[in-house]
Order: sequence, then structure tokens, then C-alpha cells
Amino acid sequence: MLSTRSIKTASKLWAIDTAISMIDLTTLEGADTPGKVISICAKAIRPDPTNLEVPHVGAVCVYNDMVKVARQFLDSSGGEQIPVAAVSTAFPSGRASIEVKQRDTEDAIANGATEIDMVIDRGAFLSGNLSKVLTEIVCIKEICGDRAHLKVILETGELVTYDNVRKASFLAMAAGADFIKTSTGKVQPAATPAVVLVMLEAVRDYYQLTGKKIGVKPAGGIRTTKDAIKQLVLVNETAGPEWLNPELFRIGASALLNDLLMQRMKMKSGQYSGRNYVSLD
Amino acid sequence: MRIDVKKTYKLFIGGEFPRSESGRSYEVYDAKGNFLANPALASRKDLRDAVVSSRGAAEKWEKTSAFNRSQILYRVAEVMQGRAEQFVSEIIAQEGLTKSQAKKQVEKAIDLWVWYSGWCDKIATIYGATNPVSGSFYNFTIPEPLGVVGVFAGGKDSLLDLVHGIAPVLAGGNVAITLANQNFPLSAITLSEVFATSDLPAGVVNVLTGKHSELASWVASHMDIDGIDGSGLDSQVYESVRLAGTDNLKRIKKFSSTQSPERILAFMESKTVWHPIGI
Repeated sequence: MLSTRSIKTASKLWAIDTAISMIDLTTLEGADTPGKVISICAKAIRPDPTNLEVPHVGAVCVYNDMVKVARQFLDSSGGEQIPVAAVSTAFPSGRASIEVKQRDTEDAIANGATEIDMVIDRGAFLSGNLSKVLTEIVCIKEICGDRAHLKVILETGELVTYDNVRKASFLAMAAGADFIKTSTGKVQPAATPAVVLVMLEAVRDYYQLTGKKIGVKPAGGIRTTKDAIKQLVLVNETAGPEWLNPELFRIGASALLNDLLMQRMKMKSGQYSGRNYVSLD
Repeated sequence: MRIDVKKTYKLFIGGEFPRSESGRSYEVYDAKGNFLANPALASRKDLRDAVVSSRGAAEKWEKTSAFNRSQILYRVAEVMQGRAEQFVSEIIAQEGLTKSQAKKQVEKAIDLWVWYSGWCDKIATIYGATNPVSGSFYNFTIPEPLGVVGVFAGGKDSLLDLVHGIAPVLAGGNVAITLANQNFPLSAITLSEVFATSDLPAGVVNVLTGKHSELASWVASHMDIDGIDGSGLDSQVYESVRLAGTDNLKRIKKFSSTQSPERILAFMESKTVWHPIGI
């Protein structure tokens, strides 16, 4: 159903702009340089320099040591409203002591991160040591306090079953997560529609139980406009239209933005665009 | 009694054989006017998917060494040889030729692959140049591939004209999006099965069956297609393609069916390098 051509013209344009405003524009590579981070920050502020109608993205997501570079560039270039998210807590494996994870988080916040993407200890989760997972999230949440939003990465590709995904979602929400996020992007499969559906249902049920709205962030494997629109439809149908805003739904992606921009150009000009007409990612 | 197994004719995109995303097909008839097949009727979205796949393959194919490209094109000829009888029977059905005429066409088409295979690692040697310049530079020019080329197959020889279009594009290191001859699509479909089993990387050739008049303007205006071989288009559609293709300075050509290195060079760019010496 989600793959057919049901969304057209004005609705599609709305969906594209909504998706752009929800992107956490991400670069998480060992080969990242300050130059690359600056270039994605510039793109975050003005995704299509030839068209000022295109909204800015939801956030920029980088490794801890690049937070300062990103924050400084955004502040000096008209991107003050764009938050910087840092992947902390020994991302992507999470294999470090809690002291190191706390210090990592402290460091990111001190450098200007206002969103922390932490990973859970999947080894502990899978071996049934749920209290360790819970305690770690609580510890990191304490450090974040009011200074930073906490996104908890479940790494669903390693959780094996959908039951586990739901269990981990509730665990994270109960421990104080502001967002639950599917994946690091380093493990396949990542943000499959089925996994996102399970998480959205968990968020919806948690809201009905407690009245608290928790955000969802699928990340990894969302590369095309069609993928992104599928996600938006899932959000609308499962959690509800209130979740269709960047405060409660984000998409972690890098290549997706160019595809959205090319589709947007196609809708404006009537002709298919190409990679030569968008910036490198 | 045994029930015949009928073939579903599909598109060839990214090394796979999908149906048209539109779900459409159209009817083709044999030379006597009897129903022959229901090939897929490609939509502009199938074209868009094909371009994405071609663009991905272009980088890989361009980097493949000329010698290796040559081996792969020769492999296409080898695999075609094994399928010669299928090509012959399809040509007889589509074009109403005699068996010996059809056989001759298939053999010419196979030989054409061998011929263009030989050109892969010679085109730069023969059409490149060292240029005498005033200054301490070693100055040389080499032809490099353009990128993604749309090939409209037409003509009366369904297989031979198709190979006349595709082979030179591949020999120059470009990738081809082929719009099959709309009246005689079976040769293109069988040829795509040959490509799928010839070491040709996925996406280097994509084959769409459908109506040229429906897809031509989309091919022409697509900003990610670099060139068009419009030999198979009638002159009115060809002119409209030339107009619609101006926006990205698309290279749009039409050839008579002759085998020539000019057809390879038509979709190549000359790069000139000034290399400092003696400093």
C-alpha cells in the first residue's frame, strides 16, 4: 500500500518539506574532518541554495569531537535555531564503562550539543540484565537534565525480535528518554518500516498510559523520498498527526536529503533532476 | 497433454527483471498480424529508476580497465552465440524474414560486438593525441566517457540496429539506457538476458520496452542523462528531443547504421592534460 503512487503534487510537496525539516543531517565516519562537518552544516541551514523556500533541517548529528566545530559554524552563519546532536556513550558499540559514557556525554554538552544520541548496552539487554540498561540511561539522563534532549538508540538490528524492540522501547521511555531511535546506522537491518511501526505503537501506548509524548527517530537505510514518505504515513497512522513535527519525529539520514531535493526540483521544473545539481553528501 | 509455459516479458533494470511499476503492458504482433507477446509498457518512473541505476553503474564501468571492458564485450558475443537460435526464431516471428536472412542478421550482430570489443582499449590510443605546445609542458589529449547515454533503438533490423546503438556506447566506457524498438521488442528482451549472464556489471545496460513517443521527452529533459542516440526516432520526435534536451546541454546524435569508431567518439569528451616537465 505504501509503495503505490498515492501521494501527489501539493501533498507530496508538503511531505517533502516536512521530511526535510525532520532530518537529522548526519555524518558519522572515522574520516570526518572539520571541513566536511562545516559543509553539512551549511547544507543544513540552506539545503538548496537556489531555492530559499526549502526549510532548514531538524538538526545536525556528528561525533563528539566535531560538536564544537558544528556549533560555531551554525552560530556564525545564521543557523542558531538548528540544534547539534552528538552521538555519545561510546557510540556505536556502547562498550565502555559508565564513567566513560558519563564523561563522554558531559564533554558533548560542554561543547554545545543540545541533543545527545546514546546507545544502549545491547549485550546486557540480550542477556537479560535490564537493570544495567535502565541504570545507564537514567545516569545519562541525569547529566542531560534540562540542557540536552536525550535520544536512546536501541540498535534494533541487534535486538533479534520485535518483542525485544517493544521491550527496549518501554525501558528507554521509562528511564527518561525524550526520543527513541532505531539504529546507529552501522548495523543492518536498520530503520525498517516494521521496526518503526513497533516503536511508534510503543510510543502511542506509552502516551495513553502516562500522558507523556516521546519522540521517535528512525535512522539508517532511509535513502529515498519514497522511504521517507512511507515513514511519515506510518507516523500519521500510528502515533497520530501530532507526531508529525520535528519535536517528536526525526529521520537520521545523509543521502536522503539530496533525493528529497531532487524530487522537489522535479516538482518545480517538471523535469527529472540529477546528482550534478545538488551538493555532494 | 502438456500446457505450454508462456514467458512474461519484463524490463531489465539494475541487473534485475522487474515488471513496469505502472503494471502496464502492450501487445505486439508478428509479421503476419497475429498476436505475439505482451511486453511491459515502461512508464517515466521506470525510466527514473533506470537512470538511478545507470548513474550508479557509470562510475564502476568507467573505472573498469579498457582491456577488461573489451573482454566483457567479447563475452557478450560468446553468450549471444549460444543463444543464436532463440534470436533467429524471434526475428523470423517479428520481422517476417526467412531463416537464412534472420541467421545472417544474428551473425552480423554477434560480429559487431567482437568488433567494438576490440575498440575498447584502442580508442584512446588512436584518437588521443600528444599536442606540440610552446612551453615546458608535455601536453596530451585523451577521450573519456560522457556518462549515461539513452539509446533509442529503431530501424528494420531489430537486433542489429539495437547492437549498433548499444555496443559503441559501452565500448567508450559509457552506460546505456536502451529504449527497445517498440514494434520488435523481443530481440531487446532476449539481449538483456544475455547481458545478465555476460559479466556485465548490473546497471551498465538497462532495457526498457514501451512507446518511444511517451518516453522520449522524459529522456530528453532528464538532467542526469548526458547523451542520446536518437537513431531509432522518427524525425519529428527527434526534433522535439533536441529541443527538450537543451537544458543540460545534452549531446544528441543520430547515426545511419554503420559500424564506425565515430559512433564511440560521439559520446566521449576530450580531456587535455598539461603536464609540467623540465622544471
